[in-house]
Amino acid sequence: MLEIKNLHASVDGKEILRGINLTVNAGEVHAIMGPNGAGKSTLSNVLAGRDGYEITQGEVIYKGENLLDLEAEERAQRGVFLAFQYPVEIPGVSNIYLLKAALNAVRQYQGLDDLDAIDFLTLVRSKMELVKMDESFLHRSVNEGFSGGEKKRNEILQMALLEPSLAILDETDSGLDIDALKIVSDGVNSLRSKDRSVVMITHYQRLLDYIVPDFVHVLSAGRIVKSGDKELAKELEKTGYSWVNETAEGQPA
Amino acid sequence: MAEQQQIDDILPGDYQAGFVTDIESDSLPPGLSEEVVREISRIKGEPEFLLEWRLQAYRHWLTLETPEWAHVNYPAIDYQAISYYSAPKKKTDGPKSLDEVDPELLRTYEKLGVPLDERARLAGVAVDAVFDSVSVANTFQDKLAEEGIIFMPFSKAVHEHPELIKKYLGSVVSYKDNFYAALNSAVFSDGSFVYIPKGKRCPMELSTYFRINAANTGQFERTLIIADDDAYVSYLEGCTAPMRDENQLHAAVVELVAMDRAEIKYSTVQNWYPGDENGVGGIFNFVTKRAACRGESSKVSWTQVETGSAITWKYPSVILQGDNSTGEFYSVAVTNNMQQADTGTKMIHLGKNTSSTIISKGISAGRSQNAYRGLVRVGPNADNARNYTECDSLLMGDKCAAHTFPYIEVKNPTAQVEHEASTSKISEDQLFYCKQRGLDVEDAVSMIVNGFCKQVIRELPMEFAVEAQNLLGLSLEGSVG
Repeated sequence: MLEIKNLHASVDGKEILRGINLTVNAGEVHAIMGPNGAGKSTLSNVLAGRDGYEITQGEVIYKGENLLDLEAEERAQRGVFLAFQYPVEIPGVSNIYLLKAALNAVRQYQGLDDLDAIDFLTLVRSKMELVKMDESFLHRSVNEGFSGGEKKRNEILQMALLEPSLAILDETDSGLDIDALKIVSDGVNSLRSKDRSVVMITHYQRLLDYIVPDFVHVLSAGRIVKSGDKELAKELEKTGYSWVNETAEGQPA
Repeated sequence: MAEQQQIDDILPGDYQAGFVTDIESDSLPPGLSEEVVREISRIKGEPEFLLEWRLQAYRHWLTLETPEWAHVNYPAIDYQAISYYSAPKKKTDGPKSLDEVDPELLRTYEKLGVPLDERARLAGVAVDAVFDSVSVANTFQDKLAEEGIIFMPFSKAVHEHPELIKKYLGSVVSYKDNFYAALNSAVFSDGSFVYIPKGKRCPMELSTYFRINAANTGQFERTLIIADDDAYVSYLEGCTAPMRDENQLHAAVVELVAMDRAEIKYSTVQNWYPGDENGVGGIFNFVTKRAACRGESSKVSWTQVETGSAITWKYPSVILQGDNSTGEFYSVAVTNNMQQADTGTKMIHLGKNTSSTIISKGISAGRSQNAYRGLVRVGPNADNARNYTECDSLLMGDKCAAHTFPYIEVKNPTAQVEHEASTSKISEDQLFYCKQRGLDVEDAVSMIVNGFCKQVIRELPMEFAVEAQNLLGLSLEGSVG
């Protein structure tokens, strides 16, 4: 599904990612953990195609294509989905309008016709149950006036609707109380399937109690310094990140 | 910045109404004099009172200076270089039915998507099409006449309803009002006239489509709409012009009169040629639009989507004379490339319990200048007057500018006047968010801009709203910031 090879990326001349290697197979859930400033958000932004990052070395192969050659919208149309850490407000644009435009963009790429209004609404309603959102959300402006939890649920709703092949969840647990965390996690878990890969980026182990990963990687100073299974996350919870910094500094750049 | 590069790459949007119709026309030679005013009146066979009025206006115009207070810049206009009358040559004295209209003209309107034929019937919109200086087609007149509703070219109304013209012409916008109103009063050629009798709700949208075709011609149309007691009318106006390298002048006057409990809804989608990306060519759109809410509980709504013109100078206003009357102004003004807009409204509260709402959305891209200028005046007798004003500006890129000039004059202590203003940019975050959901840049910008303008777009009649949304997308294609 996704193969990241020796990926180096800089922002304003400062190297943030310093040789990431990661292989994610279909159906796997990977958690990427790490201290602040390790490059977690940079990694998700680079994968999703945000402007402002310079790729200095390495490559990213997604379904056999060089992902880095594609525009952000082309990646999205091919099934790369980023659940934002800070979902963006778009005043005056109703949620349902964005959902429909997004779904049709993906369908057009797949050579499918746009869904008609009734089929679309039926589909959206079924997906809304997953994240326990009521219909009033559809008619509110995108993320405007949404609480932190509502915004994150909205991201998962979009994911449920778009059915991506590769979902990148960037700090999806941040700012969530325990109830909202449970709803969001249940939503994500229900979307786990053998053809869908998930990359979860998180600072805290807490999320991993709800969405149990197949693999856990520790990112520090722009490199993956340790990989393991879910037990690694528990270990981190106990020891904190201080040891990984030492490990990272101990390695040649 | 990569962002700015992206903007510049995709600018300018296409102007799709920029073609010229190859048609023979009768035009007066360029120049303005008392003789020209007399000649226009003679061609139109006008009654004496109208000629007199034109001449008074002309003599007054000679005493006036070009207004310079607006936040726009342009070289002085040579009023002697403009032709003040141009009409497509016609075989007969004017088309009696669409069959007699020059097919070339029908094709022109067909290209512009204006329904003059059978499609008009399906669309349920009565259309008056004004080409350069004259009305070339007017649909549904007979059907409306059965209801007692008058909808006809102004020049025809002068002959058929001189008493109404005499009573109302200049009663809202005097020829002394301003420089361009005086000029228009002297040389206006055609436009639309609407009268809705007492108690009638006009059963269809009335629409006038203005087209400037001939080169070096000014268009000076005059529109007069009267809604008598308890009447209702919704009127739409659309405008386009060919792409030409020289600037063309459009100085229209629109007067609306709403009597007791009458309501007039006036919607404009203005898409005059805006000039090219370097500011060459384009229409100078200097327009005076004003409504009088003369009767008690009367209501006038102006809704405008302004995307065209090199320069727009326009302040659709409402004089709230009648007690409990209501004035509304909903505006989207888009400027791109070198366009300049100075637009807004005046709400003049005179009667008691009058209320007004102003929603203005300015969108600037390219190197354009976009100003909102609005006056809210509450007179000493206007007890309990209410005004709510909201002015929002959206900037795209870093070479454009938005300005807000609100004027508030309150002479009655019971008045409540609220003013809110905001300026924002389309953020990179918003764009990335949309792109990450699969939308390309142009669709993303169009969606964000339409969201920004939603309060105004929803005031437009359905079929116009769709046109306006498409136009917003086209005018701003790719201008991201």
